[in-house]
Amino acid sequence: MSDTPTIRIRGLTKSFGDKLVLDGIDLDVMPGTSMVVIGGSGSGKSVLLKCVLGLIQPDAGTIEVNGQDLLRLRAGALDAVRSTIGMLFQNGALFDSLPVWENVAFGLLATHAVTRRTARVRAAEVLAQVGLDASVGDLSPAELSGGMQKRVGLARAIAGGAKILFFDEPTTGLDPIMGAVIDGLIVDCVKRLGSTAVAITHDMASARRIGDQAAMLYKGRIVWQGAAAGLMDSGNPMVDQFTHGRRDGPIQMELRK
Amino acid sequence: MAAVGRGFWLALSMAGSIALFGLNALTHIVRPPFYGRLFVQAFVEFSYFSLPVVSLTAVFSGMVIALQSYAGFSRYGAATAIPNIVLISVVRELAPVLAGLMVAGRVGAAMAAELGTMRVTDQIDALTTLSTNPVKYLVVPRLLAGTLALPLLVLVADVLGVMGGWLVGTAKLGFNSHTYLMNTMDFLQSMDVVVSLAKAAVFGFLVALMGCYHGYNSRGGAVGVGTATTNAVVSASILILAFDYVLTELFFAQ
Repeated sequence: MSDTPTIRIRGLTKSFGDKLVLDGIDLDVMPGTSMVVIGGSGSGKSVLLKCVLGLIQPDAGTIEVNGQDLLRLRAGALDAVRSTIGMLFQNGALFDSLPVWENVAFGLLATHAVTRRTARVRAAEVLAQVGLDASVGDLSPAELSGGMQKRVGLARAIAGGAKILFFDEPTTGLDPIMGAVIDGLIVDCVKRLGSTAVAITHDMASARRIGDQAAMLYKGRIVWQGAAAGLMDSGNPMVDQFTHGRRDGPIQMELRK
Repeated sequence: MAAVGRGFWLALSMAGSIALFGLNALTHIVRPPFYGRLFVQAFVEFSYFSLPVVSLTAVFSGMVIALQSYAGFSRYGAATAIPNIVLISVVRELAPVLAGLMVAGRVGAAMAAELGTMRVTDQIDALTTLSTNPVKYLVVPRLLAGTLALPLLVLVADVLGVMGGWLVGTAKLGFNSHTYLMNTMDFLQSMDVVVSLAKAAVFGFLVALMGCYHGYNSRGGAVGVGTATTNAVVSASILILAFDYVLTELFFAQ
């Protein structure tokens, strides 16, 4: 395994008005590993992810993907980096106006990489990889259950053979069994593609299933980082309180100030 | 006074923001990739599906103009000018303005609602992560469709509006059908039609721009989408009327 991180974040800072959301984040994600970022609502997890994806412009800091600073890349080079990235959004973010198969093959069709016929065949293959029948491809996203929408979102993220995968709250809104199924699919996909993955979640069961490494974000800072297997007995009072869901502890005390 | 200044500043910054949004979209028109299917979809939505409402509006407008001008002009013995009045009113003003307003209510609102929903459900962000420029994919086809489709609609509205006047003129006001049509054709100037179509192109662009701008920049869930839809229709309507004056001043002022 290479010593160079696939994703290297240094001093990432972002404010919205007076509210400091990210306060000098430093984070490395090594090749082939799955990093889970945990934290409460409003801790800055989604903003961190959106900064890395280039959806939000940070105020300061650097974000390197395979050694390339995303914040300094020109549009063409940025698109080239983005083509290696897949993203599963919290609510699926499937395109309502397109059938499922076009959602899955969207990245291929948008870049005119393949014909529509080939894209359709590829969509059926990827749908099978996430446990969905090819006939689902003809449905509209509105006709799918929440779990199926997540699977289609995952299929869309991996359809282009992404080398870096991002997952935003992959199990939110799902029952525990479906959550476990989605986590299993994510782990399978990441292994099969040999990808590097970053997931943000506040579902501890999901975090332990998906992650090799974990980091906890609190008030815009990384307050703990370590092996995901050690999340439940990290020895860090903030992490312990969060992972065990205790009312009392440093996080609640901070909130009462 | 401070509130007036703040309001003026807000209006100015929004105008700047809309102008930058439109310019950004225009720079993408000539750069590949091109989304022909999306253009055709938007064009059909603008033109074919707006045809019934624009046609009915044009016919009734022509009919009303014929009745109203007869009521006024007959007092001065100038009833024979009715075909000319209907022609000028419909072709120069009513057809482009009313078609623009109808399309703003029908297509502009739908456009803002669709893009607004896409914004609040992360679909626009999803486009970016799939190496697709959202402005190029969502905005450019709609701007082109609006600019090209409205002149076609207005051409139909011009004809139907005049026919509405003819219908009232011959069936109710006692005009001879042949004479009415001959008067109309004799009075028709190509410049009137050209300006009518030019106005339509500008109005179509404005309707699409307002629908896209407000939808694309909507925030705050369902309420935000509702606000975006309202703003799209209101701002497009105001701009249509304002630009109508500017274009009329430009082409017809003595």
